[in-house]
Amino acid sequence: MTPIPHKTTNASRTAGIPALLKTAFVNALIALVLFSLMIGIRTEAGSDGQLTYWTRFGDLASIVAAVFGGSIVIDLLRQWIGPTGAEKLVPPAVHSGLSFIGRYLAPALLIFTLLVPVIFYNQRYILDLAILVLTYVMLGWGLNVVVGLAGLLDLGYVAFYAVGAYSYALLATNFGWSFWVCLPLAGILAAFWGVLLGFPVLRLRGDYLAIVTLAFGEIIRLVIINWQDLTGGPNGVSGIPRPSFFGIPLDNSDDGLAAKLGIEYSPTHRIVFLFYLILALALLTNWVTIRLRRLPIGRAWEALREDEVACRALGINTTTTKLTAFATGAMFGGFAGAFFATRQGFISPESFTFQESALVLAIVVLGGMGSQLGVALAALTMIGGFELFRSLEGYRMLVFGMAMVLIMIWRPRGIIGHRAPTVYLTKAQAISSDLVKEGHG
Amino acid sequence: MDYFAQQLINGLVLGSIYGLIAIGYTMVYGIVGMINFAHGDVFMIGGFIALITFLILISLGLTAIPVILLVVLLVSMAITALYGWTIERIAYRPLRHSFRLAPMLSAIGMSFVLTNYSQIAQGARVKPIPPLITGGYTLHESADGFVIRLSNVQIVVVITTIVLLAIFTWLVSRTRLGRDMRACEQDQTMAALLGVDVDRTISMTFVIGAALAAVAGLMYLLYYGLVDFFMGFVAGIKAFTAAVLGGIGSLPGAMLGGLAIGLIETMWSAYFSVEYKDVAAFSILIVVLIFMPTGLLGRPEVEKV
Repeated sequence: MTPIPHKTTNASRTAGIPALLKTAFVNALIALVLFSLMIGIRTEAGSDGQLTYWTRFGDLASIVAAVFGGSIVIDLLRQWIGPTGAEKLVPPAVHSGLSFIGRYLAPALLIFTLLVPVIFYNQRYILDLAILVLTYVMLGWGLNVVVGLAGLLDLGYVAFYAVGAYSYALLATNFGWSFWVCLPLAGILAAFWGVLLGFPVLRLRGDYLAIVTLAFGEIIRLVIINWQDLTGGPNGVSGIPRPSFFGIPLDNSDDGLAAKLGIEYSPTHRIVFLFYLILALALLTNWVTIRLRRLPIGRAWEALREDEVACRALGINTTTTKLTAFATGAMFGGFAGAFFATRQGFISPESFTFQESALVLAIVVLGGMGSQLGVALAALTMIGGFELFRSLEGYRMLVFGMAMVLIMIWRPRGIIGHRAPTVYLTKAQAISSDLVKEGHG
Repeated sequence: MDYFAQQLINGLVLGSIYGLIAIGYTMVYGIVGMINFAHGDVFMIGGFIALITFLILISLGLTAIPVILLVVLLVSMAITALYGWTIERIAYRPLRHSFRLAPMLSAIGMSFVLTNYSQIAQGARVKPIPPLITGGYTLHESADGFVIRLSNVQIVVVITTIVLLAIFTWLVSRTRLGRDMRACEQDQTMAALLGVDVDRTISMTFVIGAALAAVAGLMYLLYYGLVDFFMGFVAGIKAFTAAVLGGIGSLPGAMLGGLAIGLIETMWSAYFSVEYKDVAAFSILIVVLIFMPTGLLGRPEVEKV
C-alpha cells in the first residue's frame, strides 16, 4: 500500500485555529460542569456520622485547564496525522521488520521464559512477578478458547478460577489429598460448572450472553461468601497445603527434596518449582488450544465466532460447539485456580471479583482475539504495567478503564494481532449483497 | 398478612427505583442495540451529585425541604445528563459501526473509569446523610401490634417516579424527539435518509436515560440515606435484569420489570434469607432468559442476516 500524501494547505491550517480554540473552550466548559461537584467539593463522614465538606477549587481548575490544553493538543495531532489514523506513524520498513520479529518472537520468548529462574535465581521479587504473569497468561489462554476462538463473550470467567481454587483448597484441607490428585479434579469440576453455565446461555448471543455470564460469576462469588460452613465465608480458606514434587515435600525436613538430593535447602526451590509448574500448565493450555484449533471442533468454534447463523445453516451443531468451548475454557480456568490456591496457601472471595474477569478479558482482547502470542504479550504488558504503577494504587483501575476505552476506539480487534480462522479461503469471493440479502425486516 | 402488605409497599418503592434505572438500559438497547454497561455507574454519580448538592444547600441555610428537593433534583439531573452525553461521545459514538464486542468492552472500561473516578474524587467510605423527609402514616394496626406504615419518603419516591414517567411517556409518544427516537429504533439508515439526525437522537437517548438514572440516584439517597462509590454495580445488574424481564426495548416493560425485581427481592429477603437476595435476583435473570428471552412485554427478535 502506498501512503497517500496528506495535503494540508496553510490556509486551512490558519482557518482552523479559531475553530480549534472554540472546541477546546467548549470541552473545558463541559469538563467544568462535569467535575464541578465531584472534584470541586470533597465530602467525608466525620466521627459523629455527620458529613462535612471542603472545597478543592485548585484541583478543579487544573483539571479544566488540562482538558483545555489536551483538547488543543489532540486536535493539532489529528490535523498533523490526518484522518487515516495512526497507521501512518509506522513506516513500512518497521512493519516488515515487525513481522520478521513476529516469526521468531514466540520461540525466543519461550526460551527466555524457561531460563528466567536461572537468570533471576536470587531475585525473589522478579520470580514472584513472573509466576503472577504466567498465571494470567494461562487464564488468558483459557479464556481465549471461549472468547477468542468461539466468540462467546464471557464476563464471568473468574467463577471457574474460583471453582478450581476452592475445589483444591477444600479437598486438600478436608481430605488431605495431594495436589496432583486434586488438580485434575479441580479441572473437571470447573468444566462441569462450565457446562452448567453453558446450558442456559445456549440460546443467547452477544450482549445477553455477556450479562448472564456476569450474573453467573457474581452468583458463584456470593454463594462462596455466604456459605460459611463450607467455604469459611469472607474469611476464606487458609492452611492450604503447598505442592509437593510428586509426593516429596519441598521443605527443610529430612524427607524434603533438598535433603534427598543432598543439596542445601533454600526457600527459593519452592518458588522455582511453582514457576515451572505454572509454566507447564500454561504451555499445556497453549498446546491443547493449538491442537484443538485444527480439529473439527476447533474449526466449528472459529466458524461460530465468524457467523453463527451461517454456522447453523451449514449443519454445525451449535449446542455442542458452545458447550465444549465453555467446558474447555472453564477447565483451564480450574487448573489455574488450583495453582493459585496452592501458591497463595490462602484464598478468599476477594480474589474472584468481576474486576479479575475484566482484567483477563482485557488481556484476551488487547492481545488480539484468538492470537496465542498476542495474549501472552498482553498479559506481560498488563501485569507488568500494573506492577509499574503500584505506587499509584488508587489510579490503577482508572487508567485500566481508560486504556480499555481507548484501545477499543483505536484498534477494536486488538493491538497485537487478530487471528484469522485457521481454514481460510485464500481468494476472497465477493458476492453482491442483492444475492444474499433477504427482504428487510 | 400485615407483614406481607408492608413488604409489598417496600418492594414497590424499591422497584420504582430499579424501574427508573431500567428505562436507561432499555432505551439505549432499543436504539443502539448495546448494553450500556456504565449505566449503573451513572446512577451512582447521580446519587453523589445529589448528596453534594444537598450539603451545599443545607450549609447555605436553606430549610424549606420542597425547595431543596426540587433544586437537588434539577441539578443532579442536569449534571448527570451531561455525564451521559459525554460518555456516549467519548466511548460509544466512535464505535457505533465497529465489531459487536467493541462497544461492550468500551462500556465496561467506562464503568471502571466512573467507579474509580468517584472513589478517587470522593473517597471509598459510605456517605450517609441525615433523613430529610421524616414521618409517615400508619395504615393499619393489627391486634398483635404489627403496624403497616407508609413513610413520607416512600410517598415522595413513588410520586416522583410516577410524575417523571408521565413526562417521559409524553416525551416519547408526543414530541418530535420521541418520534425521531422511535424512527431510529426501527431503522437508523432509513431514519437518516428521511432527515432524522441520528447522532443527535442517540445522544438525547443517553441524556434522558442518564437524567432518569440521576432521579433514581436521588431517590436511593433519600430512601436509604447513603451513597457509596460501588453501589452502581449491583444496582446496575438488577436494573438490567428488570429491563430484560420486562422485555428489553419496551418502556412500560422496564417499569414493570423494575417493580417485579423490587418485589421479588424484598419478598425473598423477608421470607427466605437476606444474604442470598442478590443471588435470587441474578438467578431470575438467568431463568427469564431461558424461558422467555423476550421478557414480559418484549417483541420476538427478528434475526437479520
